[in-house]
Amino acid sequence: MSIGLLSLILLALATAGYLVARTRAVASAGGDARRLHSLPAFHGRLTAMSVLVPAAVILILWLIFEGFAIRGAALSQLKPSDVPDGSTMDLIMSDVGRIADGLNQLEARGTELAPLLASPDALAAALKDVGVAQGGAPTPDTILAAQASREALRTSRIGLSIVTLAAAVAGLVLVLRRITPEFRARNATEALSMWLLIGASLIAVGTTLGIVLSLLSETLHFFRLYDFRDFFFNLTWNPKFTGGSDLGIWPLIWGTIYVSAIALAVAVPIGLFSAVYLAEYASKRTRAYVKPLIEILAGIPTIVYGLFALVTVGPLLRDWISIPMGIGNSSSSVMTAGLVMGIMVIPFVSSLSDDIINAVPQSLRDGSLGLGATPSETIRQVVLPAALPGIVGAILLAASRAIGETMIVVLGAGAAAQLSLNPFEAMTTVTVKIVSQLTGDTEFNSPETLVAFALGLTLFTLTLCLNIVALIIVRKYREQYE
Amino acid sequence: MTDMTDHPLLMPDARTKARNAAERRFRAYGLTAITLALAALVWLLVSIFSAGLPAFKQTFITFPVTLDAATLDKSGKLDPVEMAKVTTIGYGKLIDKAFAAEIEAKGIAHEVKPKELGDMISEQAGASLRDMVLANPALVGQTIQFQALANGRIDGYFKGRVTMETASRDKNTSPEKLALADKLRDAGVIAVKLNPGFLTMSDASDKRPEAAGLGVAILGSLYMVVIVLCLALPIGVAASVYLEEFAPKNTFTDIIEVNIANLAAVPSIVYGILGLAIFINFAGLPQSAPIVGGLVLTLMTLPRIIIPTRAALKAVPPSIRDAALGVGASKLQTVTHHVLPLAAPGILTGTIIGLAQALGESAPLLLIGMVAFVKDFPGLPPQGLFDPAAALPVQIYNWTQRGDPGFVERASGAIIVLLVFLVVMNAAAIYLRRKYERRW
Repeated sequence: MSIGLLSLILLALATAGYLVARTRAVASAGGDARRLHSLPAFHGRLTAMSVLVPAAVILILWLIFEGFAIRGAALSQLKPSDVPDGSTMDLIMSDVGRIADGLNQLEARGTELAPLLASPDALAAALKDVGVAQGGAPTPDTILAAQASREALRTSRIGLSIVTLAAAVAGLVLVLRRITPEFRARNATEALSMWLLIGASLIAVGTTLGIVLSLLSETLHFFRLYDFRDFFFNLTWNPKFTGGSDLGIWPLIWGTIYVSAIALAVAVPIGLFSAVYLAEYASKRTRAYVKPLIEILAGIPTIVYGLFALVTVGPLLRDWISIPMGIGNSSSSVMTAGLVMGIMVIPFVSSLSDDIINAVPQSLRDGSLGLGATPSETIRQVVLPAALPGIVGAILLAASRAIGETMIVVLGAGAAAQLSLNPFEAMTTVTVKIVSQLTGDTEFNSPETLVAFALGLTLFTLTLCLNIVALIIVRKYREQYE
Repeated sequence: MTDMTDHPLLMPDARTKARNAAERRFRAYGLTAITLALAALVWLLVSIFSAGLPAFKQTFITFPVTLDAATLDKSGKLDPVEMAKVTTIGYGKLIDKAFAAEIEAKGIAHEVKPKELGDMISEQAGASLRDMVLANPALVGQTIQFQALANGRIDGYFKGRVTMETASRDKNTSPEKLALADKLRDAGVIAVKLNPGFLTMSDASDKRPEAAGLGVAILGSLYMVVIVLCLALPIGVAASVYLEEFAPKNTFTDIIEVNIANLAAVPSIVYGILGLAIFINFAGLPQSAPIVGGLVLTLMTLPRIIIPTRAALKAVPPSIRDAALGVGASKLQTVTHHVLPLAAPGILTGTIIGLAQALGESAPLLLIGMVAFVKDFPGLPPQGLFDPAAALPVQIYNWTQRGDPGFVERASGAIIVLLVFLVVMNAAAIYLRRKYERRW
């Protein structure tokens, strides 16, 4: 039974349960709904929920873990000798997956499978016919494995149908049998709903766990293949897909820091002065127009900035600055990426600083102005020192944003990993290398791809620390004046 | 009292002058900063729009093509299977012949080698004529007025991207061809028209930027946004309701809160790694499928929906809850009957802004394989959610990586489409907020 059909049956059962439970509840009270503890609709809702919720949970969990069983069934048909030199079990397994996929398509077309299964050559031809891409040619063992995985999938789906339907029917019967005028259906519905709400808020925790666990496990896998001392202390980054790579993280960290530093050097003065002007000098009208305009910069997708860096800013810097001055000839450079990223980060600095400056009590300004200070002296000597911790928090948030930014550096900074001081040279960052090591390749068994997870973990830890420090500073400061 | 004569009260002294000058300077810094920020915005938009607007127009060549029955339908039975055996190349030759004949018929003199005339027409033309004939076999034997896409270089010439000088160094075109193109335009054979195909066609290979369109990408993005809406909105609202209305204050809920605040600041590419590790490698979902993209973007958007939703719930005054509880509603009824409807405008605004961010996000999608070249449209949902598809921002990235300069124009044009979607979504959010926002 297909998943779609199964879901439809579950929905039908739930609807039927709702209607039946409602009438039953009214009937149990002798037709007088006032004698019921809970409204008839609550009886109906409880029934529908007890049909759907357990069945849906089983369905989702089953689908997630089904993959293991199927992989296991296929693996049991393969022997170590099936893996030719220069290949891996993972590659063979993806062949098996493709063969199984092709067999399904052939079956759907009504092709007779038995003769194909006996002859690998005929099967290869038939698979080509239905347009299934082939890695290696099918061998008797991979065909057996493909058949085993199809068989396992079929069994799994039958089991899934039986178990979910049984759970749904059990839920239906259990609730329907309990319907009496005294039954507290409303309380039961609300208790169940509360668990659903808790479940929804746990998804956030689950996401964090998922991120941390997937990063950690693959990073450990990486360090089993590649010495962690080389990763942390080697100063060259030179991955070779043939093996023997140098995967030192420092050139990438340096590029990341350099680009972010330039971005902040652009964004902090502009953002801070804009915030001061908007908060202290601008009329209400100007503020109402200018603030949203600056915030548009934060709403523009990063790919737009990336293209801007690639086709406008990069060539401009190259033709007007780096080539005339003889300090580089590449349009993608740290400066390009840093400038464009700086523009992107301006609103992060300005909006938050603006809020924080506005939160400084008016009495401080009045006191200072009353003593004869000019507005700018008030701002520099009273308002800004009072707002400083919050502004530092805003800058840290902007920095974490800059470090984690991907598209601008992918398109603007280049791909050459090097430790150089010249900002007009192409350099690369942690995020660029995550993209380039993982794009288009999902066989996770060489250090060259797994290193992306170690880079991801580094990035995650770095931004997490910045965020936490920034949040603590901002929060502490807010409490000060409340 | 001699001081008074040196410094009359109504004349500022040197120190005051300096302080006032400092004041003016400080203001000027502030104004400069704002001007710079706004100038950057204008520069960005102008450069994207000027590069991208030409993508919405396209050069077409229109001429009569005789669909010769002897080459297109050898069996003479109009059998679709038989006719499908004639390849795109066969149709291409037919078009080239008809084009040469048209030039001769119009009596236009030119210096292009007869063999190279066909290069002025897009390689895509053969495929589109073939599709046209296969869809309507009755056309065979007739002479139709065929509108073909011009080659990317000819198109670039009319848009100012290609000049006589660059053409002389370009092996894909020549100044003679451009001169002929000029004459053909005067004869009315070549014309630059609006190009709806940019929004409806699928991606095209490296050598035919003129035929590349956004159809698959728009559909893929639509699928993903719908998935995000269907998953993130209910889950986000449920989580916010729990945290805001029911959760006791304890370590457990504290952990959840800190978690959500941090998730909103995790770099988006980390979500891509998560999607690759969990959805593709662990759960075995297919690569480049909208379902995986939708799930990844859902996880990324969730905290961005939860935060404004909680603010909206918080803004509903406690008196409403007290009144509902006072007349005997349960806590859950209070929330579903009174608090949520009152908070709905705020929740919707936050959701739309979250969706707009999800629509423009590209980094996580790169990692789950959405960069692949996808030519075929994904099917209808639900099965179509598992078919390979592109997404708008990733399609833009993809086009920036191609060699032909025509793709830069396409990428900028695609950005305009993306920005239009975002502006519409954000305008809807602002309208909702203005119209329904209530201050208590």
